[in-house]
Amino acid sequence: MSETVLSIRNLSISFKTSNGMVNAIRGVDLDLHKGETVAIVGESGSGKSVTVKAIMRILSSNQRINSGSITFNYERDGKRVSQDLLKLSKKEMRNRINGKRIAMVFQDPMTSLNPTMTIGHQIMEGMIIHLKKSRSEAYERALELLTLVGITAPEKRMKCYPHQLSGGMRQRVVIAIMLACNPEVLICDEPTTALDVTIQAKILELIKDIQAKTNISVIYITHDLGVVAKVADYVAVMYAGKIVERGSVNEIFYDPKHPYTWGLLSSMPDIGSENEKLYTIPGSPPNLLNKVVGDAFAPRNVHALNIDFKQEPPMFKVSDTHYAATWLLHDNAPRVEMSDTLRKRIDKVVKEVGSEWMQPHSYK
Amino acid sequence: MDAAPLLQVTDLKQHFKMSSKFTLKAVDGVSFNIHAGETYGLVGESGSGKSTIGRSIIRLYQPSAGKVTFQGVDISGPLKEKEQTLLRTKMQMIFQDPMACLNPRKKVIDIIAQGLDIHKLYKTKQERTEKVYRILDKVGLSREHANRYPHQFSGGQRQRIGIARALIMEPKLIIADEAISALDVSIQAQIVNLLKDIQEETNTAFLFIAHDLSMVKYISDRIGVLHLGHLVETGTTHDIFEHPIHPYTKSLLSAIPHANPIKEKQRVAITYNYATSGIDYSKGIQQQVSDTHWVLANEEEYAAWIAR
Repeated sequence: MSETVLSIRNLSISFKTSNGMVNAIRGVDLDLHKGETVAIVGESGSGKSVTVKAIMRILSSNQRINSGSITFNYERDGKRVSQDLLKLSKKEMRNRINGKRIAMVFQDPMTSLNPTMTIGHQIMEGMIIHLKKSRSEAYERALELLTLVGITAPEKRMKCYPHQLSGGMRQRVVIAIMLACNPEVLICDEPTTALDVTIQAKILELIKDIQAKTNISVIYITHDLGVVAKVADYVAVMYAGKIVERGSVNEIFYDPKHPYTWGLLSSMPDIGSENEKLYTIPGSPPNLLNKVVGDAFAPRNVHALNIDFKQEPPMFKVSDTHYAATWLLHDNAPRVEMSDTLRKRIDKVVKEVGSEWMQPHSYK
Repeated sequence: MDAAPLLQVTDLKQHFKMSSKFTLKAVDGVSFNIHAGETYGLVGESGSGKSTIGRSIIRLYQPSAGKVTFQGVDISGPLKEKEQTLLRTKMQMIFQDPMACLNPRKKVIDIIAQGLDIHKLYKTKQERTEKVYRILDKVGLSREHANRYPHQFSGGQRQRIGIARALIMEPKLIIADEAISALDVSIQAQIVNLLKDIQEETNTAFLFIAHDLSMVKYISDRIGVLHLGHLVETGTTHDIFEHPIHPYTKSLLSAIPHANPIKEKQRVAITYNYATSGIDYSKGIQQQVSDTHWVLANEEEYAAWIAR
């Protein structure tokens, strides 16, 4: 396994609201290795965005980081540096980390671009400030970047304003800006949710392409499991501020263990089958204003055991890379299987790939 | 299909004059029918004109040319009061962004009942409240929700309010313009199931506009694939998904990600570039493939695509 670039340990974040403290993140552990992609999936409100915003330290002003650490390992002037990002001041973050070493692509490309500046100017800005490049150097590099992200006639596009470009083009420009300073980590917060499928496929292939060329590490946030299947090496499933299951992408898709992951996979429309009705997970996510007792997913879980309502399940180990927080994996738990429809669906996709899944997949 | 269609769109054109020199042909000669109780899915990339079609039909725009008949009444020309009333009650729309389409200063009960208020469809205040409560039950919200404001709801609940507002007029046709695109996968499933249930109960027809083909497949009986203002292929869901003919349809289908990581990592989506493909939509005619399946092509292209 390659070196760890970013490791989050026991991160806990609350938000102060007029109704009281909301425990948005309740102890998250996550590792990101060099050149790999981790996808965080979950419903809205599960804390996926809050987690990555904590990495960038761009949470809103009512945030309270209760505990935890985010260790970022990088190289500076040829020396290995290991830095807890939560210990840096906001100013230090902006001067040393944000944009330069960790860059973020947001969901809506229109709101993340400055409408009053040409895109060329916006791409060059970061390089001039962070890398102390001259204008002409930055201009040359900007042209290169625009070509890299697949924009034709870059000289002409450099002079365009964001409103003159289509949605897909804008998101490409945002990605070019993010890549300008050769960051070690790229965070993508639902980068394709606002785009349609053909553009989405292109952007996803673009990010994978760039990753292969530059060996950048990527954190990918999405609620679309099809996208996860396409881009991710590792998957972390989040529910109510906790990671409930994590594993390699194959383990999550071919051998899911947590009932919530089952629910997510079941509710995805399946192109291959002729089902009449889509599965939906009953109920709604818990209100994190209240203290969660036991397993947060228990009230929505048809397989919930008595202990689920009393005690929080620890992470049970399924394999070296695969962990799930559900009491169903305890030695004394009754044998509970996923629903027949999901079983059939997974059997079908496993059959499609044949023996490839049985061999432990190599993780570089 | 023998019965006269509920909605008949013939050669609809919607052009926008951008400047004295340039006219944007957003929709350029589109024809399709929707029958009562049926769901017609309209798919295409952004800029293909799918939302424009929805908006032209419900007359948020004045169509440049072509004919639209709804329940046998022509609604594409200047509207008289009677036609206006028919259009504004029996055809309803659900919008994409559930936050932007609800008035933040109104209570849910007033938002839902606004159509009733305008068309004076109740005799007493009691009746109005009753009607709203009934609709709230139908879309899976509780009665206590009636006196809240939109910001107090989650995205999925807001979309339910939008659906309730459309349903209260007992429409014959609902135009859902990207109604689920802004929602989470699990919430999308809830809304799609809700729409299906409603359709079974009330026999309402849907024009379902979306770019997410996998959801469109679940909800639609027939699908029209739109590209650059032209309907390039239309047919039953089975026709489109199992026997796609037009290269654009094929590229759309190949762009859908599948929940199979090993296969998905190796697969590359088929790309389709109109400019370099040598296809001219304006020269094509609707070629009939089967009873329900049409594709836009000229003779040569059609022969080549069929042979493949």
